[in-house]
Amino acid sequence: MIIVRATGPHTTVQDVRGRPGHADLGVGVSGAADRRALALANRLVGNDAEAAGLEITLGGFAADFPTSGVVALAGAPAPLTIDGRAGDLHRPVVVPAGAELRLGTPPTGLRTYLAVRGGIAVERVLGSRSTDVIAGLGPAVVGEGDELPVGPAPGAPVPAVDLAPPPRADGVLRVVLGPRDDWFADPGLFLRSVWTVTDDLNRVGFRLEGPELGRSETFAEVELPSEGVIRGSVQVPPSGRPTVFLADHPVTGGYPVIGVVLDADTDVAGQLRPGEQVRFRRV
Amino acid sequence: MTRTLRPCGDTGLLVELDALDDVLALHADLAADPPSGTVDLVPAARTVLIRVGSGVDLAAVAADVRAREPEPVVAREGSDVVEIAVTYDGEDLDDVAGHTGLTTEEVVAAHTDQTWTVAFAGFTPGFGYLVGVDDRLHVPRRESSRTRVPAGAVGLAGEFSGVYPRESPGGWQLIGRTDHVLWDLDRDPPAVLRPGTRVRFVRS
Repeated sequence: MIIVRATGPHTTVQDVRGRPGHADLGVGVSGAADRRALALANRLVGNDAEAAGLEITLGGFAADFPTSGVVALAGAPAPLTIDGRAGDLHRPVVVPAGAELRLGTPPTGLRTYLAVRGGIAVERVLGSRSTDVIAGLGPAVVGEGDELPVGPAPGAPVPAVDLAPPPRADGVLRVVLGPRDDWFADPGLFLRSVWTVTDDLNRVGFRLEGPELGRSETFAEVELPSEGVIRGSVQVPPSGRPTVFLADHPVTGGYPVIGVVLDADTDVAGQLRPGEQVRFRRV
Repeated sequence: MTRTLRPCGDTGLLVELDALDDVLALHADLAADPPSGTVDLVPAARTVLIRVGSGVDLAAVAADVRAREPEPVVAREGSDVVEIAVTYDGEDLDDVAGHTGLTTEEVVAAHTDQTWTVAFAGFTPGFGYLVGVDDRLHVPRRESSRTRVPAGAVGLAGEFSGVYPRESPGGWQLIGRTDHVLWDLDRDPPAVLRPGTRVRFVRS
């Protein structure tokens, strides 16, 4: 068990897999916004791929470890201290019994993943331990004073050496145009423009600031019947300002999607923070 | 059945159809025998989204979808019908009467006289989009949506009726409310209303 002392702006329990296959219940996939980072953190402590960790947005997290534990951090490089002593990211770190783990604010990126050897062992809901903020499924958003259970140590040892490649951060997201690019007067404007991530941002998605993506004459006054959307969909409401959907997107959306970010690049998108610039490159 | 295939990133394919009946038929066909690599099927009003795993060949999925000849889905007579008891005192009952040219009493009669079928789920866990057998109750959404619609609210929008499983924002025209619990994680499955489920509304 670990005892949460501070959460920063937003901390949730997440696993990599989420809840695929439940669209017939109106349930979306959810899971880590940057699955790659959580998978890496899990690997560094010898956890299996299903293990849940903490997704910590913009640092500011602190927890007490009544018993000793092994942790690893990946994703946004929030400075780590254990009882005030600096620890490393991207490698397993031992937290002695009675020690306090604390994270500062990451200088880059948005979401830091904390894996604890054994995993955060909250109850699974529909096969996943992830908090889905839009569906209200899974454990509650992590709060100060929460006691989070840690599972038994996995069979695999903590790896002696592991590769922790730095995340890509070139501000480019690869995108497939469509399914509704034909609704827009100039879909090329979407690809040519430099967009700025706004602070209208959460696990559902983030809004972009940039030129207005106007509708084509054919579709100017047409309402789209709601249709299925996936993670990475760039949906454009009548305001012409796109929203990029992340892990907790709704199952269906009622506005046209001009393009969909490649699945692997949605992990990159999950690390963009307000004020950052981003471009979309067609593949 | 004409179908237009539209790209949806590198893990999705959106199949667009002419009518909701075609959606139900294709969804049933795909659900019975999903294309190789399928992770999720998301039926909606005019589309079925096929979501596949990373690295799955979408061209093969597209070829599979094009080759299918789905049978129309017929409501199975005698199959279970979920009965939902409703108190018809919704705030928008008068507006619905205005839109449809019916009296409020006739609106309630139209709602209770027909068997509804869940076409698809979405919006929030346990929310089913119900279609009836006639178009008497087709009404537009409210011009402005409510920030809070209570759990159990029964509404109409477009060609659909639905029941809000929990409190949420919403723009549907509200005609009544029910105590029927539509989403309960302690049940398996947790949702009462799943694609294909038939529903009768009765006055409580």
